Amino acid sequence: MITTPYFRLRSSVRTLNRVCFALVVAAALSLLWADLAVYPVDPWHELARIGRGVILPAWDEPRVLAESLGQTVAFALLAVVLAVPLGLLLAMLFHWRAVRYFCAAIRSVHELFWGLIFMQLYGLSATTGLLAILVPFTGVFAKVFAEIFEQQAHAPGQTLSPSLGTLKRYAYTLIPQSWSALLSYIRYRFECALRSSAILGFIGLPTLGFHLETAFKQGQYSEAGALLWAFVLLIATIRFWMKPVLLPFYIGLAIWLLPETVGFSNGGYLWQFVSVDIWPEPLRDAQWGAALQWYTTMFTDQVWPGLIQTLLLTQIALVLTAVVVLATYPFATRVLGGPLVRWPGRFLLLILRSTPEMVLAFVFLLLFGPSGLPAVLALALHNGGLIAFLVANASDAEAGGRVSRPDDPKGLLRYAYIETPRRFPAMLAFLFYRWEVILRESAIMGILGITTLGFYIDSAFEEIRYDRAFLLIAVTAILNILVDATSRRLRLMAHADTARR
Amino acid sequence: MSDQQVLFQLSAHSLELGGHTVLDAVSLSIRAGEKVALLGPSGAGKTTLLNQLYQQCPEQIALQPQGGGLVDLLSVYQNVFIGALDRVGTCAALWNLVRPLRTHRDAITKLTETLGLETKLWHSLDRLSGGQRQRVAIGRALYRQQPVFLGDEPVSSVDPLQAQMLLDYLLQQHETAVVSLHNRRLALEHFDRIIVMRDGRICCDRAATELDSEALDAFYQESSSPESEQPAPSETGWAITAS
Repeated sequence: MITTPYFRLRSSVRTLNRVCFALVVAAALSLLWADLAVYPVDPWHELARIGRGVILPAWDEPRVLAESLGQTVAFALLAVVLAVPLGLLLAMLFHWRAVRYFCAAIRSVHELFWGLIFMQLYGLSATTGLLAILVPFTGVFAKVFAEIFEQQAHAPGQTLSPSLGTLKRYAYTLIPQSWSALLSYIRYRFECALRSSAILGFIGLPTLGFHLETAFKQGQYSEAGALLWAFVLLIATIRFWMKPVLLPFYIGLAIWLLPETVGFSNGGYLWQFVSVDIWPEPLRDAQWGAALQWYTTMFTDQVWPGLIQTLLLTQIALVLTAVVVLATYPFATRVLGGPLVRWPGRFLLLILRSTPEMVLAFVFLLLFGPSGLPAVLALALHNGGLIAFLVANASDAEAGGRVSRPDDPKGLLRYAYIETPRRFPAMLAFLFYRWEVILRESAIMGILGITTLGFYIDSAFEEIRYDRAFLLIAVTAILNILVDATSRRLRLMAHADTARR
Repeated sequence: MSDQQVLFQLSAHSLELGGHTVLDAVSLSIRAGEKVALLGPSGAGKTTLLNQLYQQCPEQIALQPQGGGLVDLLSVYQNVFIGALDRVGTCAALWNLVRPLRTHRDAITKLTETLGLETKLWHSLDRLSGGQRQRVAIGRALYRQQPVFLGDEPVSSVDPLQAQMLLDYLLQQHETAVVSLHNRRLALEHFDRIIVMRDGRICCDRAATELDSEALDAFYQESSSPESEQPAPSETGWAITAS
């Protein structure tokens, strides 16, 4: 009798709590089956050495450091410069189902997998690096631009002649209407492109990740530290050096900086790759029984175990990300952190969000050995830092505004009664947007040896079994599209749809 | 009344915000036990004056700012409960978010009956109308249980009958009150002192018995600006839309 009304009547919290409860239960169940073992590799000794390297960075060849930084920026910049107009064009056609599916398909495959695919076609070349970022980013831009256009007022468009062409219509209404939203999203995506460009080094391109992996593998932690610091600095100072006026100059510089193309590219091979190499032999020979056998074996040996492990790690990482956000965002806010804590807090979040999750995972892998644990920790810390930063900014934007009152409680009570409830829907929306990102990233963690889908994909490429790689990548992509749809449904259910990214 | 202690005191107080004078040599003193209505066209400096008064003795004041400063995601119960946070230990207050505390649940249920919100007790704020939200803000001020009430247009979005009733209740529950209003009749009927502000200055400060609505209208009409009534503030202060 005491609490019945509390549970029966309509309440937004109740809906949100139900969504959160379901996510936490799923994560708790995932803990039972996920491979999270810690292997005794004496982490503290290694951690101390890494810590010393990060505190005392050193680099013998400043030329190599500058070159790898420059190439990291060059790939990211050129890819974004090309992806933005393509994405814009596709966004204008987003009412076509085929365009929507096409965009969902190309953005559901991670940059690293695109890198692995294009590497088979164009070798270790500038083309590979550019396309690997360009293709998925075009899909993301198209989707988000279309969403931004959707949120604009319809009135200006209705004043135009109905016979006006799409391009003119967009150029005179929706694009100017959403100009600042588009720009701020492109700016944010450029930061993501820098991270993607950096980790492309893990598959051999001459960006930061390549030197980072080498330095870590050889135990040269001061060099790794120098690279990390340079990268954090690069990202922290984007708004100072990325001026629109300087863009043509940067583009010229980027083209000049691109590595010489050492790969090969011929149209004939592309056709053979698409029509022959990626299909299993029995299927090509029309032996249906054997083909079925091939698919069944693949499914039980690789697809299913990889799929399960990817999903389990994603679920745990998602909930852990929320925990990281809730634990860290207050320190970076004006009203909760205060002047003394706020700057260190923001600095911590900057480090977490600018360090690519692959790099974090790589470090944790050295510490805890090869299990899902490093992946989960890396994903939660990176994405948690990123979302906490956005949440803290939202809080600061509102500080001293209309809804704040002089008699608001302080400290922990303010956190529990005022700030967290106010931030919660936006935080959940960010989390749902990151869900598919987390899934894509759990999959690619396989490249580091964690048995998610990426592990099997990487092995397939190594064994030059493109048929296997293609099947596994297709499965990863479908999984991604499913999670994206689920997250959109949850987002609508939780009314948490005002935040983007 | 003159033997009562002086609560608020301003002498030739001026305030500039962004190169704009919002308070211009304001002098006033308000004693405990007074019920003061604050009138004047929009932008006259009423809200600024209330904020200045709040800073003089925040620990005795139940404040109801414009818009209410409510938390959308929390229920009516929790939003009212926030008024009692300084009377409750930290652990109990955190537990209350999980399971409402017995004594407070009883007290707040009773309070929401007075406010006409008893059926909405466990609804989230984002599901309430403007008038209902304002009643929640009144509830929080009442649940502060302080001797002084400072209200910035506390009943502006409530229907006229309810506005009278709630204003009466607020004045009865607080020893002292300073309330900004737009409704001159409410001011004349419920308060014993009326202060009229214009352009950051006090242009009238008299007992309510010495004034009538024509006299008050005169203060508004002197103004050259036609926009005297301010629309009720919309509640879109933060990032949730309950659509």
